[in-house]
Amino acid sequence: MRRTTLPLHAIAWIVGAFILVPIVYALLGGFKSTDQLSTNPFGLPDPWVTENYTQVLGSGSFWRQLWNSTFIAVATTAIVVLLSAMAAYVFARFAFRGRELLFTVFTVGLMFPFAVAILPIFVMLRTLGLLDNPLGVILTQAAFGLPLTIIILRGFFRSVPGEIEEAATIDGCTPFGFFWRILLPMARPALATVSVLAVVGSWNTFMLPLVVFSDETAWTLPLGVQQFQGQYTSDIARVLAYLVLAMVPALGFYAVAERHLIGGLTAGATKG
Amino acid sequence: MTTLTRGPQAPALAARARPPRRRRRPWMTITLFVLPALVLFLLLVVAPIAVALYASVFRWNGFGGLPTDFVGLDNFTRLFGTEVFRQDVWHLGVIILLSLGVQLPFSLAIAMLLHQRVRGRAVYRLVFFAPYVLSEVITGVLFSLLLSPDAGLANQLLGVFGLESEWLADTGTVLPSVFLVMTWKYFGFHMMIYLAGRQNIPEELIEAAQIDGATPWRVFRHVTLPLLGPTIRISVFLSVIYTIQLFDLVWILTEGGPSHASETMAVTMMEFGFGRHQVGYASAISVVMFGLSLVFALVYQRFVMRRDLEGATTSMGDHR
Repeated sequence: MRRTTLPLHAIAWIVGAFILVPIVYALLGGFKSTDQLSTNPFGLPDPWVTENYTQVLGSGSFWRQLWNSTFIAVATTAIVVLLSAMAAYVFARFAFRGRELLFTVFTVGLMFPFAVAILPIFVMLRTLGLLDNPLGVILTQAAFGLPLTIIILRGFFRSVPGEIEEAATIDGCTPFGFFWRILLPMARPALATVSVLAVVGSWNTFMLPLVVFSDETAWTLPLGVQQFQGQYTSDIARVLAYLVLAMVPALGFYAVAERHLIGGLTAGATKG
Repeated sequence: MTTLTRGPQAPALAARARPPRRRRRPWMTITLFVLPALVLFLLLVVAPIAVALYASVFRWNGFGGLPTDFVGLDNFTRLFGTEVFRQDVWHLGVIILLSLGVQLPFSLAIAMLLHQRVRGRAVYRLVFFAPYVLSEVITGVLFSLLLSPDAGLANQLLGVFGLESEWLADTGTVLPSVFLVMTWKYFGFHMMIYLAGRQNIPEELIEAAQIDGATPWRVFRHVTLPLLGPTIRISVFLSVIYTIQLFDLVWILTEGGPSHASETMAVTMMEFGFGRHQVGYASAISVVMFGLSLVFALVYQRFVMRRDLEGATTSMGDHR
């Protein structure tokens, strides 16, 4: 039954190279000068140039974008998880007329491509004076994150045994008390999963901040990366350094939250 | 992941979880808990989409309250008559075909490979999935540098064999190049879904087929593949819905060029909506995107997914 695994390894190595070569090229390229990049594209940097990285790290705009992205991601996640948890609690544990209809309204939201809504959202945010305001991005993202988060949390809340709620109620717990002090702490793994999904989603969005933020001080990292490339078209090494530094937080977060991320993404798809 | 299982016992639990005491003022609790989410959702998801539908039958520059210059279906007739939009539709078809014909089979093959007990498979999985967490902007900028015709790494590598290409700069190669970048970023995601699906198949079924003398190919074709059906159907669904609204990657890589050869509906919509302030016309494009997603989702769920619907809805949003 057991054959040699050499061909399997060969294929895995080729695919791995396909994935890693661009990233490693960017990492090493950031340590080269742009001249070196064209004369010595494959080798190690010689000499190692650190200016590209240090200049980015020394610039205020990189750190400001990093902060903006972080703030927006954290605020979006807090809002979407809190509101979804509250709604999911009702959908999971109260029986009332119209519940399924209301729930369907949210789930149908999953089918709406975000791009469809972007023009009216822009007009609306302009009317409300929320352009160039992080709140415009935060609230919109949170709204579009509701369906997925509610569905995942409702599924989890439903699996909490009714006896626990009965016991809490007999001990004098109000519905809010049960939700806040018992259900949410019990749901920590599910909350972690939806939070990770929300953070990654917010961190990577481009279309929404692109139209909402025209003022440079409000830019998030994706906007900064795009703009930096436009500004230094001829200085490829410097763009590579910026790219690598912009990748670090995402890859770091992936390293820490990998299990939650993959668990969350695959859970729904395989319903197991 | 058992968190999402909604077995037959779940409704019973929910019913039992309704102790008499809470009946006193359940409406207040229900309202207070659902209202914030509902208001946000109606205001920023439902209303904008309704406005887009409404605006698509007006000539409108996006200013001065709701549109007033009613033009009926003019925006749509104009849209369907333009070459650029017809190209958008063609590109959508090409990318969907490439995704379903190349990217997903490739992901499936790699998933099957990693399901074997290959040494280091945990590391491979981690690496293959990593591009998924990078934003489309980072991916796009990275590849626009790698694929640049003169100084890019791709041509420096291929130049050794005399196989340089214009990549993103040539109308003939731009769409396959964009697809290549999409595959780099997303095959790991589909691979991960297939791996999870494969792990849910009981090994006894595979072993039984092997004992009956089936060749590895026949085991895959007649046992593994059918049992992976629901998983594959969902990944196809996600892939198509993603492609309908493809924007970020194309915008960064090519802005739809050269001469519209890689343009997508979302790119055209953004150009008309924000570049030329033809918001009514751009809304007509977004309505087409909306209609395509809706029709596809309904038809697909009705005829293809049928009973495996439950899982589908839970991971749709993540490609945004």
